[in-house]
Amino acid sequence: MAQSSRPERPLSPHLQIYKPMLSMMMSIMHRITGVALYFGSILIVWWLAAAAHSDGYFDLVQAFFGHWFGRLILFGFSWALIHHALGGIRHFVWDLGRGFKLPVVEWMVRANLIGSAVLTVLLWVIAYGVKP
Amino acid sequence: MTADRNMKTPLKLVRGSGASKTGTDHFWQQRATAVANLPLMLFMVGFVVAHLGASRAEVVASVKHPIVAILLIMGLASAFWHMRLGLQVVIEDYLHSHLRKFAALALNIAFATAMFAVAAYSILKMGFAS
Repeated sequence: MAQSSRPERPLSPHLQIYKPMLSMMMSIMHRITGVALYFGSILIVWWLAAAAHSDGYFDLVQAFFGHWFGRLILFGFSWALIHHALGGIRHFVWDLGRGFKLPVVEWMVRANLIGSAVLTVLLWVIAYGVKP
Repeated sequence: MTADRNMKTPLKLVRGSGASKTGTDHFWQQRATAVANLPLMLFMVGFVVAHLGASRAEVVASVKHPIVAILLIMGLASAFWHMRLGLQVVIEDYLHSHLRKFAALALNIAFATAMFAVAAYSILKMGFAS
């Protein structure tokens, strides 16, 4: 029958078929940062709820975010937010029907990566300037 | 198919629709909240940075300003709606069994709504506290 002579091949091309490219990785990163922010939103809700609750509980939450581990989580959260925001701007450009030429795509992808790193560091420099 | 027994043209049948029967609503809402998120999240980040290590009294005093409270609630509404739409796409991409997919879609809405309710209630409680 046709089934037995059928060569082994994927049903449809999927991720593993393509050569990994930076633009593809950044598309995946946009989704990963989005999902991370989804669950990371618990942090801001926790912080606001604590502020509404009581002095003692709020001081505890503030101490957690003041600890190096809490700061590390916040650092990751802020990077994900900035990265996703810049990625969103990239998508707005595409939604307007612009920036589809490969050199432009590559340029925007690199600007997204470098921009998110620079802006995250800048945000933390400002944050430590406000409250060391 | 139904098109044979229908006087409507094929274009009329698909216009404003799609597999979801909601047309481009999801797409547009995702973009509209994305645009709104840019300034609103900038404000939210600024608010958080300004209150690093602050006492509860300082946070409450800031939230008592109506513009601060309103911008925070708007930011939360836009962000949680955007999140709900975004995770919906992820769920639809990866969960194919009907039961799991609908359970996840329902949980997604429940989570985003609950998070918004808790955050908005907290801000209002601080804002209206005497």
